[in-house]
Amino acid sequence: MTEKNKTVGMSLVVQTVTRWLKGFIFLYGVYIVLYGHLSPGGGFPGGVIIASTFVLLTLSFGKERSLGKLGKLLASELDSLGALLFLLVAATGIVWGGTFFSNFIERIAPSRHFHLFSAGVIPLCNIAIGMKVGASLFMIFIILAVIRVKEINGRRKLITTEKRRTKK
Amino acid sequence: MIYALCFILFLIGLYGVTCKKNIVKIILGMVIMEYAVNLFLILSGWRKGGQPPIIDSQTNMETFVSRAVDPLPQALVLTSIVIGLGILSLMVAIAIRLYERYGTFDITEMRRLKG
Amino acid sequence: MTNNIITLVALPLGMAFFIPMIGRKLRWVPDLLGNITTFALLVLAGGCFQQQAVYNLGGWPAPLGIVLVLDGLSSLLLLIVNLISFMATLFSVQYLEKLYTSKLRYYSLFLLMVAGMNGAVLTGDFFNLFVFLEIASIASYALVGFGCEAEELEASFKYLVIGSVASTFILFGVALFYSQFATLNMADIAFHLKQSGFDQISIVASVLILVGFFVKAALVPFHAWLPDAHPSAPAPISAMLSGVLIKAIGIYPLARLAYNIFGITPLLISVLTSLGIISMMIGVLMALAQWDFKRLLAYHSISQMGYVILGLGLGTPLGILGGLFHLFNHSLFKSLLFLDSGSVEYETGTRQLEKLGQLAKKMPVTSTSTLIASLSISGIPPFNGFWSKLVIIMACLQASRPGLALWAVLGSILTLASFSKIQRYIFLGQGQEFDLEAAKQWHEVPLLMRIPLLVLATLCLFGGIFLIGGLQGPIGSGVQALVENSTVYISKVLGR
Repeated sequence: MTEKNKTVGMSLVVQTVTRWLKGFIFLYGVYIVLYGHLSPGGGFPGGVIIASTFVLLTLSFGKERSLGKLGKLLASELDSLGALLFLLVAATGIVWGGTFFSNFIERIAPSRHFHLFSAGVIPLCNIAIGMKVGASLFMIFIILAVIRVKEINGRRKLITTEKRRTKK
Repeated sequence: MIYALCFILFLIGLYGVTCKKNIVKIILGMVIMEYAVNLFLILSGWRKGGQPPIIDSQTNMETFVSRAVDPLPQALVLTSIVIGLGILSLMVAIAIRLYERYGTFDITEMRRLKG
Repeated sequence: MTNNIITLVALPLGMAFFIPMIGRKLRWVPDLLGNITTFALLVLAGGCFQQQAVYNLGGWPAPLGIVLVLDGLSSLLLLIVNLISFMATLFSVQYLEKLYTSKLRYYSLFLLMVAGMNGAVLTGDFFNLFVFLEIASIASYALVGFGCEAEELEASFKYLVIGSVASTFILFGVALFYSQFATLNMADIAFHLKQSGFDQISIVASVLILVGFFVKAALVPFHAWLPDAHPSAPAPISAMLSGVLIKAIGIYPLARLAYNIFGITPLLISVLTSLGIISMMIGVLMALAQWDFKRLLAYHSISQMGYVILGLGLGTPLGILGGLFHLFNHSLFKSLLFLDSGSVEYETGTRQLEKLGQLAKKMPVTSTSTLIASLSISGIPPFNGFWSKLVIIMACLQASRPGLALWAVLGSILTLASFSKIQRYIFLGQGQEFDLEAAKQWHEVPLLMRIPLLVLATLCLFGGIFLIGGLQGPIGSGVQALVENSTVYISKVLGR
């Protein structure tokens, strides 16, 4: 028999399919990030797909489940870490290549073309950008999903947190 | 011909930003305008009978250079889409907070700054 | 030295993302890191002053890659941007204690804005200019509505929509130029324009780009966002917006485009001078009618930008010298005025002229610095505003346009009138609704807020020194960079 429909999330069919597919969607996003120098994609689209995994999780199960997997603090830290990693990779180019952002790995250890571990510094930049875009898009979505305006005692109040207040 | 259609889309977005009173419609007009410019930028790299600009180990460089479409506008548009995304999220967040303060999405009601 | 250029852009970007990572636990960490960063930027910008360099990112030469160009004009603007940002971060250490709480995000956005402005001033590539302009603008949209009161959010939304439409126009112009010339490098586009002249698409593209930058520089009739956005921001952000943002992403690209890329033509001269005169007069006339301290200052920003565009639009070296020197002076005294209004608001809690009064005895540092800044902006000798306005008026007479000189003098007299209004209502006399009881506990602002006021007031007092040497002096190198037209710029960047 079908279960009673909960107040958050979607129906049982959507939840089951999400439970099966979320790993594959995440893996697909990681694939697009990593193969960005060989096929279309790269940091931005891959990060968007990684974020859409969490968006799907939020839509099917409610925000507590997705915030349990990747909380707001961790997402913020990953965001900053991605940006700092990108700047670090670009700045290391000065040390070895001469100018900012130069492809120093390719100059030092040139690799065979069209393989996964080729093209020097580009996959590292892609990974950093993918991390950053994924984390920040998830944060944008979860904050805009949580924020809402409630009418309390005839006045409007902005609710920005997902915690349910015990006392009222 | 298709570039003129891009420009018409831009003007539709501009109409939405300037002549509509609801904040959500202004936001949508802004988004349409930005995507019209992105579309124009991508179309400027088109070449008749073109191939995607992807090299793998079997491509012949001469035919590639003469057949492939321009890859630079694609990189530009990627950046521009992300900038548009940032502006959109900021606009939506400010619109929600404006609704909390003023109680309406109508911009003709938000006239506290005058003179 | 060439690595200094890229540090000016990369350091604030890195610190903007580093501060949220480690600054959550302790309250003084964001303050310390923010101030150290802006001080380091100021030292670097001082080291780059009057140098010339071309830096290829990633080792790719122009026109294949993105280049950063440092010449006289860029180094002058870099010095202005980093000096005012250091003063603003010093001021905001104490200012944010009382009024706002989330310092982490404030410093992060602030450093992003500084990074965007530094990048916009340094870059030699059109699309890179658009990207840095957007970074700085988006950070400023968020900072304008920082304290989430109703009016601040309304001002922020208005600023957001108008600024984004302007940026979209600029992007459309860049896209049209790319479809025409297949290059994004500014020097390369200048080279092609010189060779083949302006055809229809180039005219449409240049008009779109120019209109976009007119909106960013807040010239009348594109000024509608400024009187709402600049008062609603927190005071150090108002100082940054009015003092450097409208110059780094508004006036600087206009000067670069008009002189180095499009080439100055009589049509462009007449457009720029008429916009300058209109902005000057409408700004100062609207300012006379205001009863809000910061809104009055915001209208004066429009008026003084009119002076700068008038000087820059004359087309003669003396005019450019006057325009650039007035740009330098305006950033000094306008940010000083906004920081003063911030300390008045910090202490008294209001900005309305009716409710204030008798501050000359209670807040000596603030009132002295406001007096110095008011005399500077009105053009009273020997303060720095007098010298720059004198050079602009002399340039108008030298270019045989005495009507413009007359308008400039009239604007100066009206500026003096509106600042006498400020002095009368706030410092020397009192407003109509002045409350004597509440005024008894007003006293001077804390030390870290006083230091920027004193430094900027001293620079206003002795600012005339920078004019010594004229066209060979410190400001003159910026003039040289513009006056030589496109040929020297192209040869510097491209080598042909």
